[in-house]
Amino acid sequence: MSFLGELWSFLRVRKKFWLAPVFLILVIFGGLIVLSQGSAIAPFLYPLF
Amino acid sequence: MTYILGISGLYHDSAAALIHDGDVMAAAQEERFTRQKHDARFPEHAIRYVLDEAGISLSDVDHVAFYDKPFLKFERLLETYVATAPRGFASFRVAMPIWLKEKLFLRRFLVKELQKLWPKFDMSRLLFSEHHISHAASAYYPSPFDEAVVLTIDGVGEWATTTLGIGRGSDLEILKEIHFPHSLGLLYSAFTHYTGFKVNSGEYKVMGLAPYGVPKYKDLILEKLVDVKEDGSFKLDQRYFNYTAGLTMTNNAFSKVFGERHRKPESDQLTQFHMDIAASIQAVTEEIVLRMTRAAAAEYGIENLCMAGGVALNCVANGKILRDGAFKQLWVQPAAGDAGGAIGTALAAWHQELGNPSLSHDGDQMKGAYLGPSYDTDQICAELDKLGAVYTTMTEDQMIAETAAAIANGKAVGWFQGRMEFGPRALGGRSILGDPRSPEMQKTLNLKVKYRESFRPFAPSVLREDVADWFQLDDDSPYMLIVADVAEARKKPMSAEDEALFGIDKLNVPRSEIPAVTHVDYSARIQTVHADTNPLYHRLITQFKRMTGCPVVVNTSFNVRGEPIVCTPEDAFRCFMGTEMDVLSIGNVILRKPDQDPALKEDYTSKYELD
Repeated sequence: MSFLGELWSFLRVRKKFWLAPVFLILVIFGGLIVLSQGSAIAPFLYPLF
Repeated sequence: MTYILGISGLYHDSAAALIHDGDVMAAAQEERFTRQKHDARFPEHAIRYVLDEAGISLSDVDHVAFYDKPFLKFERLLETYVATAPRGFASFRVAMPIWLKEKLFLRRFLVKELQKLWPKFDMSRLLFSEHHISHAASAYYPSPFDEAVVLTIDGVGEWATTTLGIGRGSDLEILKEIHFPHSLGLLYSAFTHYTGFKVNSGEYKVMGLAPYGVPKYKDLILEKLVDVKEDGSFKLDQRYFNYTAGLTMTNNAFSKVFGERHRKPESDQLTQFHMDIAASIQAVTEEIVLRMTRAAAAEYGIENLCMAGGVALNCVANGKILRDGAFKQLWVQPAAGDAGGAIGTALAAWHQELGNPSLSHDGDQMKGAYLGPSYDTDQICAELDKLGAVYTTMTEDQMIAETAAAIANGKAVGWFQGRMEFGPRALGGRSILGDPRSPEMQKTLNLKVKYRESFRPFAPSVLREDVADWFQLDDDSPYMLIVADVAEARKKPMSAEDEALFGIDKLNVPRSEIPAVTHVDYSARIQTVHADTNPLYHRLITQFKRMTGCPVVVNTSFNVRGEPIVCTPEDAFRCFMGTEMDVLSIGNVILRKPDQDPALKEDYTSKYELD
């Protein structure tokens, strides 16, 4: 819950409410990807981080 | 009595730093303890070390500061995916698991890890600063200046890739930013990738390769890839890059511009083409940075410049900034990469969050970058005994005399003394030393000791009082972050035949009285050695000068290719036994290779993954 609170204040401070639905959709997609694979090993590429 | 612990990392090069009432007490990179290069894990060992150094526990620490803001980064990722959809799906697939499992919950993760050190640690002590604020703070607050323009340039933090700010007293304000995807660091990394080197470690190699080439593609890069304005601000044409949506830095359009595909390091040779490409991107980088510094000097009328961020490790560009004269003085944070963010975030918390004034000081506050662990003779002997090493204990004077004699006799000498350096450079704490007058020393060190590419140059350590006699520099460069040419009087004329040589063949021609540290364009990456910050190293070089007339030694980091710089006497002994190093000076103890049990030799050539 504290995470959602943090996220909400972040969107508020940054005035980026339009990101909320994008965030939700991407999290659903992302969640599916997480569920469909075990490890989180990625090639090193600056912009991903 | 306020202690602030700064933490950087979890992406690459994790590190910890401890400040006490604004004074930097200790700092170290996690890789030195775990022996895993660029270790990105939570810097547990580094934190334990900095707390031990101060003789405190985590419960005594008032604040813990982290060097960037993950939500802002995630915002950048999401907006980039939206902007590039559907092309970015491959990248999205790779990034999301990492973010959804770990990075988004960073606050909770940090608390959990810190509770392992002190179960009562709670969230209220945690502070976060933006990535480039951390860099800017690491550049300005420890600098010797009370007023300075502060320039940070790197790959990318949250959104910013370049920032320009002003530091005055304890205030530090960022005034201008260039945002992702337009990034000088990423442009340089794109060429690092294109020339077949590893991103985030091969950039030095591109810089070292550049003097072998001719910048014949500079105009092409400026025409096609990057649009640079008069004030140094720039935009990258994203049609030629793949890092916003893909999993590589460049794409086919990029290769087509230059007419060759990206070099595969395992199968493709380095050719004159790659040297020309390296020379070209180096020239473009210098052009952009010089335009920025000239414009900033003209706009703000301030004499001092501080720099940090990975691009500030480009010491060739730094030398040009200094010689350009737009700023009278330049100070570069020695740990200019992300590791230095640990110091920056802690100092930002002290001055900006807690509102404390700057400390009055002479010179900079990095203490020569000797901020890591040290070992006394008893500890050294105990470790060496455990390892079965054969050694001689002597007085400090004897150790210095013997080490200087070994260097003068052409030996490769391991020099492990005092506190370990913070930052990527070895500065006479954990170094391998050699005689710069020897024409073979560069090849010997590269191929028999460091096991790295033969084109890579070595750096000189020179007594500060003698620097102007040997190099075209009369400034402090204690952190090996300034490149300047060898003094005219020390250069050797080249024959017409020598002049006609191309590429790596040039390396074998001695071109000065100190060929081992003179690059093919007569340049050298200089470290000035100061009696007040490293008296022992200063005494060693003084003794070498007394014996040879030369106040310069070759100084390269104490490690082999791909290995983190040694941290403990044990690491030093293993590296000594794994390479063709002849002598090891460690505290007041000397080890000679022929005395050692051959059974203790290790195969070091394949022990570490190549960088």
